[in-house]
Amino acid sequence: MSSTTVKHPGLNLGHAHGEAHEASEELVFGFWVFMMSDLILFGLLFATYVTMLGGTAGGPGPSELFELKSAFIETTLLLVSSFTFGMASLALKYRTDRKVLVAWLIITLLLGLAFLAHELYDFHKMFSEGGVPSRSGFLSAFFALVPLHGLHVTGASIWLIALLGQIAVHGLDTPTKTGLMRLAILWHFLDVVWVGIFSLVYLGGTA
Amino acid sequence: MSEETSWLLGRLDASALPFWDALQHPTTPNVVNAVIASGAGAMVLLGALAAVVFLTWTKRWRWLWREWLTSPDHKKIGIMFIMIALVMLARAVIEAVFMRLQQAVGLDGGFLTAEHFGQLFTTHGTIMVFFMAMPFLTGIINYVMPLQIGARDLSFPVMNSISLGLTAAGAAIVMVSLILAPFSTGGWSGYPSFTESATNPGAGVDYWIWAVTLSTLSSTLTGINFAVTIYKRRAPGMQWFRLPLFTWTALCTSILMIFGMPPLTVATALLALDRYLDFHFFTVDLGGNMMNYINLFWAFGHPEVYILILPAFGIFSEVFSTFSGKKLYGYGALVIATMAIAVLSFTVWLHHFFTMGQSAHVNAIFGIATMLIGIPTGVKIYDWMLTMFRGRIRFSVPMIYAVGFILLFVLGGLTGIILAVPSVDYQIHNTLFLVAHFHNMLIPGLLFGMLAGTNLWFPKAFGFRLEERWGRRAAIGWIVGFMLAFFPLYALGILGMPRRSAAFFEPAYLPWTMAAMVGAVVILFAMLFLLIQLWVSVRDRHANRVPGGDPWDGRSLEWSIASPPPAYNFPVIPEVHSRDAYMRQKETGGGAHPRPDAYGDIEMPASSAMGPIIGIAGFLMAFGLTWYQWWLVVAAGAVSLVALIARGFVRNATRVIPAAEVRREHEAWIATLDSLTPITRADEQTRANRGLPASPIEGAVQ
Repeated sequence: MSSTTVKHPGLNLGHAHGEAHEASEELVFGFWVFMMSDLILFGLLFATYVTMLGGTAGGPGPSELFELKSAFIETTLLLVSSFTFGMASLALKYRTDRKVLVAWLIITLLLGLAFLAHELYDFHKMFSEGGVPSRSGFLSAFFALVPLHGLHVTGASIWLIALLGQIAVHGLDTPTKTGLMRLAILWHFLDVVWVGIFSLVYLGGTA
Repeated sequence: MSEETSWLLGRLDASALPFWDALQHPTTPNVVNAVIASGAGAMVLLGALAAVVFLTWTKRWRWLWREWLTSPDHKKIGIMFIMIALVMLARAVIEAVFMRLQQAVGLDGGFLTAEHFGQLFTTHGTIMVFFMAMPFLTGIINYVMPLQIGARDLSFPVMNSISLGLTAAGAAIVMVSLILAPFSTGGWSGYPSFTESATNPGAGVDYWIWAVTLSTLSSTLTGINFAVTIYKRRAPGMQWFRLPLFTWTALCTSILMIFGMPPLTVATALLALDRYLDFHFFTVDLGGNMMNYINLFWAFGHPEVYILILPAFGIFSEVFSTFSGKKLYGYGALVIATMAIAVLSFTVWLHHFFTMGQSAHVNAIFGIATMLIGIPTGVKIYDWMLTMFRGRIRFSVPMIYAVGFILLFVLGGLTGIILAVPSVDYQIHNTLFLVAHFHNMLIPGLLFGMLAGTNLWFPKAFGFRLEERWGRRAAIGWIVGFMLAFFPLYALGILGMPRRSAAFFEPAYLPWTMAAMVGAVVILFAMLFLLIQLWVSVRDRHANRVPGGDPWDGRSLEWSIASPPPAYNFPVIPEVHSRDAYMRQKETGGGAHPRPDAYGDIEMPASSAMGPIIGIAGFLMAFGLTWYQWWLVVAAGAVSLVALIARGFVRNATRVIPAAEVRREHEAWIATLDSLTPITRADEQTRANRGLPASPIEGAVQ
């Protein structure tokens, strides 16, 4: 197989990266497959949420609990973090020094953490207004879908910190590079899922 | 279970012991059930103790850890999966015999309490699906598939070891529930609202949830691993339409695992949220909707049926072709049929609940979709029969299972078509007719396939053949036992006997339940024959050795290497030029075992403790969650997280086998081959079979 062929969907490192480019074929493809499996989880929770919209059991519903402004801020944070991870990927592919890469990664991490903090604050506010999962089927469905996304962002952030640690210890070797390639896919994936949550849950709920 | 919980033991206290209730209330039924339950618990304890004593006595702990538990070798992991499957099969068959016994004497009562009977059918179903069938097929694919495509291992060997750890943890949870009872009484499908905490507050359902969740995670990872391996690790020239059919079915099963397992993860996770955190997904009040569970469960459950059956179809394809001495008839049709079944399997889940309130139109659509699956399956049956047609058939053990399968599976399929008619389903759903139907699909379909596969590939894995006579007795025992045990259930179902009945009051049922009981005893003997077969085979292993590696005149690449294969499988990665790659190599006179011009260093994955660590942590988390021991959950969770992060920092995760060593081993094997006398197919079942068949060029008519 010639080194110019695309090894997997998404950003390829290119043959300048030699071993890492070759190794990423199987690893990144495998991660795409895992993403497909993970997407089923979210798809089913979206479907469950839609079927349970009516199950408020006299408790607070979407229009009382959701704030579009807050959801918009979260969306912005996450979308910008996806952009900065894109910049990190470009730095990984085209730059030899790692300072720029690490800087973009740290900015991404901070944006991710800011998103999580804002989301937790939102949940806290919902709780104080009586929007707790034990109140109704609708709130149960909300608190399965949206926090699962938050849990994914938490996991991705831990992974990002671990990869920063790997860069510090091992430098930009093949496992670190392929790790970043896979984390990038997860990060953008979570962005896409959030767009779904923003449109369906928040826009749909407050419209 | 007590309401007050201690920080250390959570809800666990003396009442979890299987004999506790009988000590408090020593009535006759309580004592009888306690004796049975405690006997089962004692067997688990004694079995574990015997294993520990044996390992210590023979000083094999280090060997077990180094050679097996931490090994990333797909062959060893495959064998360990199959061992889990066989242990769990033994337990679930014994449970089945108890259920048949209960119903044979169950007119106006029987000896088991309804609670005990409920645990029996729940563990029987859960074990057979998640801890017998899944590990069995995963083990066989693990062992065989990389060899068939000319690969040295799976794409992600350490993840494979983690899959094994998770399945083992789930199986261990089900086993522990015999000692610290109870297990769930909610059936293998665990429908709410029965399994909600309001109606079922004990530890039983929680055991079930976490055992199944561990198994599901394991299978998801396994599916990803297999699929990526087949996509990315095929030997040069192994194009899609040159894959052996078993590998095709492995691919389709893996794809079904990737998409079919997540719905069950969601279903059990949401049920857990309901039970632990007072959510309202499936409760009867506060906006819950239990139909969501049933849809989610069967969105997994129906693809699962094909996850189970497709690898067996693959094994039978290999068996029919090999033991008829012919290439597979209708290879292309079989591939397309396999794919069609895989796709259709996602479109029929609703036929599991025709009676739960959809409109007649919806039922009709799903009924028709269900019947459509009969078409590709029928294509397969004809292809297999035409493979045998004018072949030179040898009735070896795998072939006996395969022929039994064809006859019985067609019958089971026909009863499936009956059940697919919604109006008929209204009459016989939830009766023993259904139980007879799915056992009729899964015992001949799945179990016969796995046992045929074991007989077929055992000599590859261990270097000696399984004994034929006891193998034949076991096969016939299974076939006859199955018919006796399950054909009466069709009659009982039509007579209206509900499934899962601990007792009944209709004397007309009695002759049929007695007949089924006899069948269960025959199956018990078939199990015993399997054990004797294994024992006799190990005892006579020197007489039945097949160092040549090709005892059945095989057609695919796994037969081109030594038995047992070296750790790296292929000294040099083979080049593939056609379907039935190895048979072509034998036929074209290039020599069955060419000496390669050059050998290279081989890089193999190094051992890793990740599998056992994640497995043990997973078991402790599940146990802690079941008994509300939160410190244990947090500790085990922290261990897994730290282990996963630390694993990312590991470099040099491979070991190199030098070219000189590969050359030495390979040339030693070639020298052994030169000393063997080739045999014709007629001598295949005799001790002359040393794993070297006569060349087809010299003896086309054998």
